[in-house]
Amino acid sequence: MKIKLKIKRFNPEKDSKPWWGEYEVDVEPTDRVLDALHQVKWFQDGTFNLRRSCAHGVCGSDAVRINGQNKLACKVLMQDVVKKDGDTITVEPILGLKVIKDLIVDMEPFFAHYRSVMPFFVNDEPAPADGRERLQSIVDRERYDQGTKCILCAACTTSCPSFWSNEEYVGPASIVQAHRFIFDSRDRAAAARLEVLNRQMGVWRCRTAFNCTNACPREIPITQLIGEVKQALATGEIK
Amino acid sequence: MTQHHQFDAVIVGAGGAGLMAALHASKTANVAVVTKLYPTRSHTGAAQGGIAAALGNMEPDSWEWHAYDTIKGGDYLVDQDAAEFMAKDAIDAVLELEHLGLPFDRTPDGKIEQRRFGGHTANFGEKPVMRACKAADRTGHMILQTLYQNCIKQKVNFFNEYFVTDIIVQDNVCRGIVAINIADSEVHVFHAKAVMIASGGFGKMFKVSSNAHTLTGDPVAAIYRRGLPLEDMEFFQFHPTGIYKLGILLSEAARGEGAIFINDKGERFMEHYMPTLKDLAPRDICSRYIYEEVRAGRGIGGKDYVYMDFRPEVINKHKSGPGGKEVTREHLEKALPDIIEFARVYLGVDPMTQPVPIQPTAHYAMGGIPTDVDGRVLADNNKIVNGLYAAGECACVSVHGANRLGTNSLVDLVVFGRRGGKHMAEFCKSANFPPLPASAANDTIGEFDRIRASKGTERAANIRNDMQNLMTNYVGVFRNGPDMQKAVDGIRELKKRFKNLKVDDTGKIFNTDVLESFELGCLLDLAEVTAAAALNRTETRGGHAREDYDKRDDVNWLKHSMAYRTDGKSDVAVTDCAIRFDKKPVVITKYQPKERTY
Repeated sequence: MKIKLKIKRFNPEKDSKPWWGEYEVDVEPTDRVLDALHQVKWFQDGTFNLRRSCAHGVCGSDAVRINGQNKLACKVLMQDVVKKDGDTITVEPILGLKVIKDLIVDMEPFFAHYRSVMPFFVNDEPAPADGRERLQSIVDRERYDQGTKCILCAACTTSCPSFWSNEEYVGPASIVQAHRFIFDSRDRAAAARLEVLNRQMGVWRCRTAFNCTNACPREIPITQLIGEVKQALATGEIK
Repeated sequence: MTQHHQFDAVIVGAGGAGLMAALHASKTANVAVVTKLYPTRSHTGAAQGGIAAALGNMEPDSWEWHAYDTIKGGDYLVDQDAAEFMAKDAIDAVLELEHLGLPFDRTPDGKIEQRRFGGHTANFGEKPVMRACKAADRTGHMILQTLYQNCIKQKVNFFNEYFVTDIIVQDNVCRGIVAINIADSEVHVFHAKAVMIASGGFGKMFKVSSNAHTLTGDPVAAIYRRGLPLEDMEFFQFHPTGIYKLGILLSEAARGEGAIFINDKGERFMEHYMPTLKDLAPRDICSRYIYEEVRAGRGIGGKDYVYMDFRPEVINKHKSGPGGKEVTREHLEKALPDIIEFARVYLGVDPMTQPVPIQPTAHYAMGGIPTDVDGRVLADNNKIVNGLYAAGECACVSVHGANRLGTNSLVDLVVFGRRGGKHMAEFCKSANFPPLPASAANDTIGEFDRIRASKGTERAANIRNDMQNLMTNYVGVFRNGPDMQKAVDGIRELKKRFKNLKVDDTGKIFNTDVLESFELGCLLDLAEVTAAAALNRTETRGGHAREDYDKRDDVNWLKHSMAYRTDGKSDVAVTDCAIRFDKKPVVITKYQPKERTY
């Protein structure tokens, strides 16, 4: 089908402000939106830029706004967003992070928030005497499984109204990453992480808007996980 | 204006091998990791099924069986000492990952859970064994995340979105690297005592591939252009279960849980071909038999694909589940959540109620930069390049020989990333900084200026398309002399067309137009070496199957191939010369080559 792409363009070396580029592409219904974007870049306008790598939803490079909603461009099929010849879709960069060029945004603040929550395993107790693995029950393993799925694509944080209104907010993704360790029975730094999150720009900025849960391409129930962190802080118990 | 940095050790690539090396090397050395992506975007994250280690948590296992399986799986082209190191170190490496926090799946008694996988057997081939340590079907993602998290903890220095264009090797001494900051096109020279290349594979030379768009082998091309050899490039693995037409991988783990291949007649054809292991035979064998079925007209609807069926009732009917036990839909959805989702999202097929169309996809480079068992790069069959290391898919130790077993890549990364990282750190303790040539960045600057100023008529995407078609059609699962010659000739034509590029973007900020053109140049060189190496090897072995030489020839070919550029030049541009081939002995310790049946 022949459909139209409206892409938000911006070249800091040439443009004083962003503008809409309009492109016609010929796509199969089962093509990914990423494939359509590549058609523009490879055959129509080589100055068009985007980040992408794996093209099947595991690396998290290509989070963009498609028809106003945060998605991974490689996980949306054309048939999900258009029906017939002549249909149009809009593609824009994610919100809340500075646009560097076209669909490429500055990810540094996002990763800085991520690093601030101690997103790494902490257990200074000696490893088991036989050198083998620390044991963990199936139930304990299950407890923090959701947070392990996160690919740091930023779709959640950049869909969050609290983050849009204040970039100091640590954001849903960082809280998910903290949750993964707080609720991992082998880890020993839950208290330290909870302290990091126990401030206005930490977990308490969350207004339970649910945008993050809707945006997450890995279907992590983010709002629920944030709620569990709030609960741990409120009750002093990690369950 | 070129910027300069100095580090004891520079690691190129931030996937499993690079990050593992960084964790170990940075304990004592001042290390920088330079990557063209953000580290968590590396393709290690796409690996699904598991990491092999003879922990023996589910049933008896031994590293000796793992080494044997690896050697036989590689059709006896594996350097057996390297395979033994890998199988032995694997146990420690996996336990180290767990201590670093990796969220492995667990058995009822709390140990790391393991599953069956193609080619992994108990007691030297007697029956399948549960050796693949797993985290659902996203083991690679967990490994990448865990290693990156620990790099943050250890405050490793990262230079993210820096594109490495050149490895500075002069007089057999490595002196550093040249990289371009993607954000502003500034050229950076990194002066180092030691450099490790861990840049992954280069499957983008094929049309249907499981590889990421960014897997273009730039540093591998760089050292080839510097006159260093590439080993066993003819051996490229076609993974049997790529999603039809898209190439997206559906893990072998599905077959570990009981999935089977069926043809148009609904027959479980692998039963006829490989009576013992059946659908758990190694990948090269499965890919070939899938194509045999297609050629015999038994593809689905007569087309060029077959089905992988992992509906619970089918698994139970054929008793193909682990240990012959019954499986439930609930169990499969827990064990294989990501690949079930891939089938649903990209094919609109629900694997729990429908069979899934699959076809072999270009997946893994067994060949690459020749190294010894400590990751040191070889300048020829014996000589080491001072201060240069390689690990992971881009390296050829060789632990995979002519064909890699599933779950052995994640082991390879972690074991040799660690070995190389440790060796580099020791090396840095006593080594001095070798002098850096004043002109180190000139080649890079020159080539990028040339591409940027290019006013030709050819779009890079068209040249890339043509290259990918040539490689897939003529250097695929089944090969023959005349076709491979067409590939070599065709790629040489494409290199001429490459000189006539049309580039739209002349800017400096995130100029991916110019970068992708440079990447294409690297792929063209690597594709040419691959096609020429395939033409050069007149036998069938592992992933290299020739219709005109259809038997394994241990008399003439129980050797690694080494490919060198012939013009004695050394630069950053696309090569324009013949390729010289040499042979390197295979290290054989315990296992004399036998016929490879399963």
